[in-house]
Amino acid sequence: MNKEVNTDIVRPKQIPRRAFAAIAGEKLIELIIRLSGVSAIIFVLAIFFFVFREALPIFFSDHFDLFKFLFNTQWYPTSAVNVRYGTFALTVGSISITFLAMLIAVPFGLGSAIYISEFCGPKQKESLKIIIELLAAIPSVVWGFIGLTVMSRMIISITGAPVGVNLLNGGIILALMSVPIIVSISEDALKAVPDSYREAALALGATRWQIVYRVLLPAAKNGLLAAVLLGVGRAVGETMAVLMATGHAVQIPHGLLDSVRTLTANIAAELGEASVGSDHYHVLFLTGVLLFLLTFAVNLTADFVIRGIRRK
Amino acid sequence: MTGASTQVFNLTIRSAINLVLIALLMFTGCQKKSDEQKEEKQVTTIQVKGSDTLVNVAQAWAEQYKKVAPTVDVEVSGGGSGVGIAALLKGTIDIASASRNMKQEEIEAAKRNTGKDAKNFTIGYDALAVYVHKDNPMNEISLDQLAAIFSEGGETTRWSQLGVTIPGAGEDEIVRVSRQSSSGTYEFFREHVLQNKDFKLGSRDMNGSKEVVELVGNTKTAIGYSGMGYATPSVKKLSISSKAGEPACSPTVENTFSKKYALARSLHIYTMGEPTGAVKQFIDWILSVPGQKILEENGYVPATAAN
Repeated sequence: MNKEVNTDIVRPKQIPRRAFAAIAGEKLIELIIRLSGVSAIIFVLAIFFFVFREALPIFFSDHFDLFKFLFNTQWYPTSAVNVRYGTFALTVGSISITFLAMLIAVPFGLGSAIYISEFCGPKQKESLKIIIELLAAIPSVVWGFIGLTVMSRMIISITGAPVGVNLLNGGIILALMSVPIIVSISEDALKAVPDSYREAALALGATRWQIVYRVLLPAAKNGLLAAVLLGVGRAVGETMAVLMATGHAVQIPHGLLDSVRTLTANIAAELGEASVGSDHYHVLFLTGVLLFLLTFAVNLTADFVIRGIRRK
Repeated sequence: MTGASTQVFNLTIRSAINLVLIALLMFTGCQKKSDEQKEEKQVTTIQVKGSDTLVNVAQAWAEQYKKVAPTVDVEVSGGGSGVGIAALLKGTIDIASASRNMKQEEIEAAKRNTGKDAKNFTIGYDALAVYVHKDNPMNEISLDQLAAIFSEGGETTRWSQLGVTIPGAGEDEIVRVSRQSSSGTYEFFREHVLQNKDFKLGSRDMNGSKEVVELVGNTKTAIGYSGMGYATPSVKKLSISSKAGEPACSPTVENTFSKKYALARSLHIYTMGEPTGAVKQFIDWILSVPGQKILEENGYVPATAAN
């Protein structure tokens, strides 16, 4: 360090020129980086503003009632006699399918992450990681197609359900779609636990399972929670696959074999027909706001949970 | 936490790469288009969008018309009659196909948006068929029974209520197969069967005429409605009577034509204002003998048979 400082002092005349170009370049790069950092905030705000602006006029419509919008199950946006905008069945559809998907995906995802990071050899690890990344690269339309054809037939022949496109089908497809995300992020989180923890546990005579259960899982808690929540985000927001695999029926499901419709699928199916500026159009944007708030709530609780864990 | 931050880092890199790729794609896409335009300037494109009922026919027209007029490119897409008409009002397409009449508010919106009147061409007739699985012993149904199955507050939810037992089916509950609300078929059924009342919630709302027939063909306890041109060997079309006990009429070409069949309807295409040039020639061709023959081959009743 001292030497460098010395050389600077030895040639004072060249410093200002170099420094000018360097400083200008640095400032520019700094500005670009700062802009890209802030851009995320700008984009989120802009999206929220746009969606909310398109939704706003519905509050002044005669057919609209916020309480009914949230808690009524009757969705008749194009009715000729009695227009009703109740999204409760759709919300329940979205939540139930996400819950089911996570019920399947979280154990599988965490289990496979633990296996990859702690139990398997380096060669197997590489090939497993590549294959899981391949799984993440399958487009959602292809998943939907699998749900519509392969899964639906399997469900009919195994359970004897009359229709194969239902909650169970959508839940399994969504679980398969979120597993790769959960695996790759939880694997990163487990890898980030310092080896000294493992060594210390081994030195104390812990078995492999004890190391995982008592040391690694508590140490990687935050990362694992982040992995699960990204999986939830994927499941809530997924549209095409659930549109094809869930049967698209507006009703509150009473069992795994009932068809449902989700908020996302409903927007995708109906926005094309709703003429711009009509009540139906605005109410679909309001459903978008609802979806936005739903994911926002999930992320916020996650944040609080993580902070709670940190304090302890 | 380093794990999470590297992940975030990876994600940003990935999204940056994606952005670059998208930009590249857009760039090359634009270039290609302008190149094509330079090469064949005289090719005109006609955009047809709308009814899922008519999408197969329109596709067949587009293919045949390519042979008649090689310089005209007809692009066809579905989405539902409502989607087609909405696109026509926005001016993004040349022709909207529809399996229902344009509504009063749509005609007014057209006038407001473009200052032109929508021009209607009746290109043929269709019977809306009610489909059940081929193993279903039922052969006919009345409009009242259909309304009781499909309408909000209708009391029929089980096949036994209609006195039907389906061999080999474990369940008794009727699986209702319907269409998404942008469909002209949906609105026609609501108007003529449900008397404008609403559908019972919980039906499987399919995104196309073919999907309805496909689901009914795979489900023994299902009942659904779709254009008569979409029949497959695994489904059965029901004869329809206006009241229980009255003679039922099957959805055939003759019955559609004589309007004996209760759910017969006309099929339309719409343009904004009087069509000119290539669009007019295309419509004239549709209404001529070869065009109408294609319509007939697809299972519909030609408009020219009326004369």
